[in-house]
Amino acid sequence: MVDPAVPAAAADLAIRTTGLQKVFRKQRAVDGIDLAVPRGAVFGFLGPNGSGKTTTIRMLLGLSSATGGTIEVLGEPMPKALHDVLPQVGALVEGPAFYPYLSGRANLLRFDAADPTSDPRSRKARVANALDRVGLGHAADKKAHAYSLGMKQRLGLANALLSPRDLLVLDEPTNGLDPQGTREVRNLIRSLADDGTTVFVSSHLLAEIEQVCTHAGVMRTGKLVAQGTLEDLRSAGARTVTVRTPDLGQAGSVLTRLGLTPRQDGGADVLVADLPHEVLPETITAELVRADVRVRGLTVGGGTLEDLFVALTGEGFDVAA
Amino acid sequence: MSQPEPAAAPQSEPAAAPQPDAATAQPSAAPTHDVREFARRRPRPFALLGSELALVFRRRRTWAMLGALALVPILIAVAVRLTTGDDSGGPAFLGDITNNGLFVSFTALTVSIPLFLPLTVGVVAGDTVAGEASHGTIRYLLVAPTGRVRFILVKYAGAVAFCLAATLLIVLVGAAIGALLFPIGPVTLLSGTQVDGWSYAGRALLLALYVTLSMLGLSAIGLFASTLTTVPVGAMAATVVLAGASQVLDQLPQLDWLHPFLFSHQWLGFGDLLRDPIAFDSFGSNAVLQLGYVVVFGALAYSRFASKDILS
Repeated sequence: MVDPAVPAAAADLAIRTTGLQKVFRKQRAVDGIDLAVPRGAVFGFLGPNGSGKTTTIRMLLGLSSATGGTIEVLGEPMPKALHDVLPQVGALVEGPAFYPYLSGRANLLRFDAADPTSDPRSRKARVANALDRVGLGHAADKKAHAYSLGMKQRLGLANALLSPRDLLVLDEPTNGLDPQGTREVRNLIRSLADDGTTVFVSSHLLAEIEQVCTHAGVMRTGKLVAQGTLEDLRSAGARTVTVRTPDLGQAGSVLTRLGLTPRQDGGADVLVADLPHEVLPETITAELVRADVRVRGLTVGGGTLEDLFVALTGEGFDVAA
Repeated sequence: MSQPEPAAAPQSEPAAAPQPDAATAQPSAAPTHDVREFARRRPRPFALLGSELALVFRRRRTWAMLGALALVPILIAVAVRLTTGDDSGGPAFLGDITNNGLFVSFTALTVSIPLFLPLTVGVVAGDTVAGEASHGTIRYLLVAPTGRVRFILVKYAGAVAFCLAATLLIVLVGAAIGALLFPIGPVTLLSGTQVDGWSYAGRALLLALYVTLSMLGLSAIGLFASTLTTVPVGAMAATVVLAGASQVLDQLPQLDWLHPFLFSHQWLGFGDLLRDPIAFDSFGSNAVLQLGYVVVFGALAYSRFASKDILS
């Protein structure tokens, strides 16, 4: 397990929470999390449905108040400095939302007017630019109720991109998008990150954002169970080595000598052992050969982010109650 | 992470972010941070107000309601024109229409005030916050960021603008249809003196202002109801029901002591505006009454909304 407390100077953090907590009546939706999102990072905020991701995001953006703990966004306390912070933050929160009777363009014009710091002289150009950037230029003047789910999602992204932002908070940005659209969102995130924008992106689908993230945090039932760079998280994942051999006894003693604790598992000729990082798989093969163990197969499993994710959050559909 | 996907190159073309120097090359398309700094020093508190007015008056529903209200003076004028000679009964001023078309506006307002006007005002005021919440647009306005106080003020201003538009529309349509179907001439006021058409027009505008003022309290109640729910229809219904209840209570002699405090108590008290000289007493006392409701329900709406978790 990775230590959730990532040491970093406060000034280098785009988002920092300490002991952040949200209690709804009896339920602890967010239970004392210490987020640390470095500036310039693409931070994947992972966790199953109902693990507290959206509740956390609502608190980060000042939409709902924290029951306990502190929040700093872009170095300023939230929600105290909300009016200074939020103009620099683009957000897609809990799905896109629009006035169905207005066109996509008119919707964005209204949201832009809601930002008291936005310049009305460049408003039209910025809206058109944002629409083009998400590939909605051709549908800009259709009424929003006629948009498909994917188009609404794009319009929501365009809203987050109306002004140059220091931080983007994207809650499930790939929801409802086809694989092509998902890839476009990834490319968009990548190009934004290349400009130096910090991107905080939540998802319950690890695979969709793993490729673009530099950092990740994993939520489970309101707790942040892991956080760090992708490299750190990968190396924290438990790896196992599986040896198939008819010479179980000899193989077992070789593994034990290497500091592993082998157990017979899954078949008459199968030995499985957790693999610490200091033991290299090639060392095991060499030692087994040296001891004249007849090896039918040797595989190293685990160690992917996916495995860690599943190990941390549990498999299946148990939504946090 | 720099593992480009196979299709990354062609894909990233439309999604390409403007580089910092590219942004300076096209200042209109992508404002530089300098522009933003400049803008930040000059906040524009009224940008959202313009947007709100556009939002209210661009809705088909608004036009449908205004259209229905405009029908009131038209129906009255046509009905009276078709049955000239029979001027018995009916609301105040009805018989006077035949003598002078300028009375159509007054009659139409008198007819609209108990039901039609509160109904439409209730729809607009009840929709203010709850409508934004039910669409989910409220969260995008708040993270834009619109301060919560500004949000409430702007939504209330939108509802007030509708009240003003509705009453002005009734007065203007009434004047137009009255001029079309009946003789126009010097108007005999309730105090017996005669004024010419222009003086009368000024009084008609004052009348529209009086009725708008009368609706401020109800609008504030609707705004408060709207902060209690994310279902706009609920807030609308509550507002309209309260408008009805207030008028019913106003009819019960047993509740004499309560009558001066009912927000509907002075809704029809605009007769003073038809005297010479104009008596502004009822205007003033109605203003105090409505202001009281605006302050109380505005404060309730604020206290409810300022700390509310936006979960929709």
